[in-house]
Amino acid sequence: MKLIVAVIKPFKVDDVKAALKARGIDGMTLTEAQGFGRQRGHTEVYRGAEYEVDFVPKIRLEVLAEDDRADEIVTAIVESAQTGTIGDGKVWVQHVESVIRVRTGERGVDAL
Amino acid sequence: MNAVDTLWVVLSAALVLFMTPGLALFYGGMVRSKNVLAVMMNNFAAMGVVTILWVVIGASLAFGPDLGGGLLGNASLAGLGHLGAHLPGFAQGGASPMSVLTFQLMFAIITAALISGGTTDRIKFPAFLLLIVLWLFCVYLPLAHWVFSPEGWLAHHGVLDFAGGTVVEINSGFSTLAVVLVLGRRRGWPGEAMAPHSVPLSLLGVGILWFGWFGFNAGSSLSMNSVAVSAFIATQAAAAAGLVGWLIFERATESFPTTLGAASGAVAGMVAITPCAGFVSPMAALLIGGLAGIVCALAVRLKFKLKYDDSLDVLGVHGVGGVLGMLMLGLFASHAINRAGSDGLLNGGGLHLMGAELLAVAVTIGLAFGATFVIAKAIDLTIGLRVSPEDEFNGLDLSQHAESAYSLGGMGRISS
Repeated sequence: MKLIVAVIKPFKVDDVKAALKARGIDGMTLTEAQGFGRQRGHTEVYRGAEYEVDFVPKIRLEVLAEDDRADEIVTAIVESAQTGTIGDGKVWVQHVESVIRVRTGERGVDAL
Repeated sequence: MNAVDTLWVVLSAALVLFMTPGLALFYGGMVRSKNVLAVMMNNFAAMGVVTILWVVIGASLAFGPDLGGGLLGNASLAGLGHLGAHLPGFAQGGASPMSVLTFQLMFAIITAALISGGTTDRIKFPAFLLLIVLWLFCVYLPLAHWVFSPEGWLAHHGVLDFAGGTVVEINSGFSTLAVVLVLGRRRGWPGEAMAPHSVPLSLLGVGILWFGWFGFNAGSSLSMNSVAVSAFIATQAAAAAGLVGWLIFERATESFPTTLGAASGAVAGMVAITPCAGFVSPMAALLIGGLAGIVCALAVRLKFKLKYDDSLDVLGVHGVGGVLGMLMLGLFASHAINRAGSDGLLNGGGLHLMGAELLAVAVTIGLAFGATFVIAKAIDLTIGLRVSPEDEFNGLDLSQHAESAYSLGGMGRISS
């Protein structure tokens, strides 16, 4: 099994969710995150004093999937989250050793 | 005693008291979330401590019969007793003496509270309390006697100051400067970002200040008459022009029009109109307020050049705005608006009033800065003004008051 993690622009969340649901993925976890990569932060002004804010608000999205579906999901995320401008985010895939559904105790693929 | 005048003064007293929690919100929103309760506590503490001192002896020292030379009142009105039919020097038949002293108490409270805007994020709570006690006796009460009591020596000199351009605004601004010079800068200032944690809180605070300022200025006529109404509209006009003036300044300097700028501009306009309200026309009030919005927007940048850490710009807004207001009064005062006043330079009154205003400004700066500097130094050498670096890092809310303003829950268990 794989864990697909994506850090994306907050305003693309709905598009990504729709793209995943259209492919039959009906579980995901969202976290509000802050970070920066090549995209610079922004400037805030209070009484003439300028403050550089380095960290930009992002959404961290996590999806668990069977091995053979990971590529499809990654493609769906990349296509739906892309704006082509700097700061679109990243997606990475990790190997997952085991998954357990808490309600039933099911393990492995059955727990997805 | 006149019942209508007394009613107006009592209502105005309530309005002015309400300004101090408004100031607490204004200041609280501008500090970081770890110091919001501490600065609000300084404001609330002023409501407690100053009231007690005022009732016991303060009112008498400011408004009691003059001890000689117009320097201080005597103690004969201690405990707000033996007030008689009218206060020394005041005309008979207006608002009751008790109502006037109650109204004036609220001015002492907010002036003390204003100082906390400079000392945020690093002053020890007990040191702040001791500071406002000593400052009340050495600075505020003498100054209130000199300017607000008709028996005071500056009032005798023909100084006009309708609602406290000197006693409240210049005084708080320069007293704050003295304290912050002794206290030192916040650790990390000016390099480290110390942005406001809640601008909406500050905007609500300014709304309350604006509302209360009608009592502050219009109430200072101490009578429900045309002067009160004139002070009322002057307050509104100056606040509005200050708000717009600050925004124009921001736009003109290639910055953004900010909400905190709009709110600060309104405050600056009301600060500058404080001495003038009740003496100037509505058009003059627009000019004075607008000018204050621009001048104060410039003045708050000074601290970054001169490297004094007046955290929330008490000097830049109240000190500078107060001086500006006193000088504008020397220009725009109109005998036609207030027959108890005199004409300023632009209304054919010559330089006499301007001279008196300049004298009052100089005296106020001298007393406020000089005496407060000595007091701050004395506190620093005895109980210490400043918290430890660790307490400063953790925030004053926790280190001084064992509280947090905002909590995500998970408080643990009650320890017995």
